[in-house]
Amino acid sequence: MEQKKDKYADCLEHAKALVVELEAKRYAEADTLLSGLSRLHENGLFQEIGKLTRELHDTLNNFESEPRISKLTALEIPDAKERLNHVITLTQNAANKTLSVVEETLPRSEQLKKKAINLKTEWDRFTNRDMQVEEFRGLSNEIDAFLQWTAINAVEIHKGLSDVMMAQDFQDLTGQIIKRVITLVQEVEDSLVGLIRITGKNNMGKSTVEVQKPGKDIEATGPQVPGLKRESEVVNGQDEVDDLLSSLGF
Amino acid sequence: MKILVVDDFSTMRRIIKNLLRDLGFSNTQEADDGLTAFPMLQGADFDFLITDWNMPGMQGIDLLKAVRADAKLASLPVLMVTAESKRDQIVEAAQAGVNGYIVKPFTAQTLEEKIGKIFERIDA
Repeated sequence: MEQKKDKYADCLEHAKALVVELEAKRYAEADTLLSGLSRLHENGLFQEIGKLTRELHDTLNNFESEPRISKLTALEIPDAKERLNHVITLTQNAANKTLSVVEETLPRSEQLKKKAINLKTEWDRFTNRDMQVEEFRGLSNEIDAFLQWTAINAVEIHKGLSDVMMAQDFQDLTGQIIKRVITLVQEVEDSLVGLIRITGKNNMGKSTVEVQKPGKDIEATGPQVPGLKRESEVVNGQDEVDDLLSSLGF
Repeated sequence: MKILVVDDFSTMRRIIKNLLRDLGFSNTQEADDGLTAFPMLQGADFDFLITDWNMPGMQGIDLLKAVRADAKLASLPVLMVTAESKRDQIVEAAQAGVNGYIVKPFTAQTLEEKIGKIFERIDA
C-alpha cells in the first residue's frame, strides 16, 4: 500500500514537471520525463510478474517435494503394474488348473456311466432269471472289478474336485491385490486434483495434497507379488514361516 | 468341535470350510472380520478360531489380541491363515499368542498338518 502511494506520488510529480516543461516548450526535457513515467509503470509490472513467477515456482517445488507424490510415481505405479500382471498370472493359473482337472475328470464320469449302464442291463437279465450259471460267474467278476474301479476313481474324482476348490484361492489373493491398486488409483486421482488446485489462480500457494496415512504399528501389506519382494523382510513360503516360528520356540 | 472361520473373502471362507469338512470338522461358522467375529466368540462356545489378517473393520491380529485379552477366550486356539508374509508380522502374531501361522496360498495338506499340530500340543 505504502509502495503504491509512493509510486503515484512519483507519478504526480513527474506529471506536474512534464506540464511545466511542455508549456515552456522544452521538448527534450519533456521526453526525458515521459520515459521516466513509463519506467515507473514498467517497474510495477515487472514486480508483479516477478512475484507471480516466484509463487508458481514455490508451489511447483512444494508439489514435487511432497514425498507421497514422488513415492507414487517412482515406486507405486510401477509396482501396481507388477501387481496387475501378477493378477493375470494367478487367474490364468487357476483357470488352467480347473480346466485340466475337468478334462481329466469328465472321462472318468463318462466311463462310470457306461460301466454302470452295461452292468445294469446284465443285472436286469439276472434278476429276470434270464442268465445261465456260467454267464453269472462272468457277471460276478465284472461287478467285482467295477466296485474296485469305482472305489479307486471316486478317490481320484474327490482329489480333482478338491484341487478345483483350492484353485479358487486366487479370488482372495487377486481381490486383495486389486483393492490395493484401487486405493493407489484413488491417491493418484487426489494428487491430480491437488495439482489442478495449486495451478488454479484462486488457491495460489495453498498446500498440496492431503493423503491419509494409516497409523497402525504393523500395517497389513497384502499378498506377495513376485518381483516386488524385499528379500530380507518377507518369508518365502510355508517352510520359512515354520522355520521362523520354531526359532521363536514354537 | 465348533470352529469359527474369519476372512473377508467369502470364497476363502468356503474353501476353508470345505477343507475342514474333509478333515471331519463339519461344525463351522463364518464371520467376515474381527468386529463381527469377536461378539460371536464371546456369545458361543467355539473350540477353535481360524482367521485371516488383513480385513476391513477389525484386523485378524487385533482380533487375536482381543481374544487373548478376554478372560473367557484367552486359551482359545487360534490359527492364522493369511497372505501377510513379512517376518515382523509373523513375529508379531507369535508374540500376540497365535497357535499356528499359514501363508496363502496354502495346500489342504498344510492346513491338516497345522491343525493336527495345534491339537497335539494342546492335548499334550
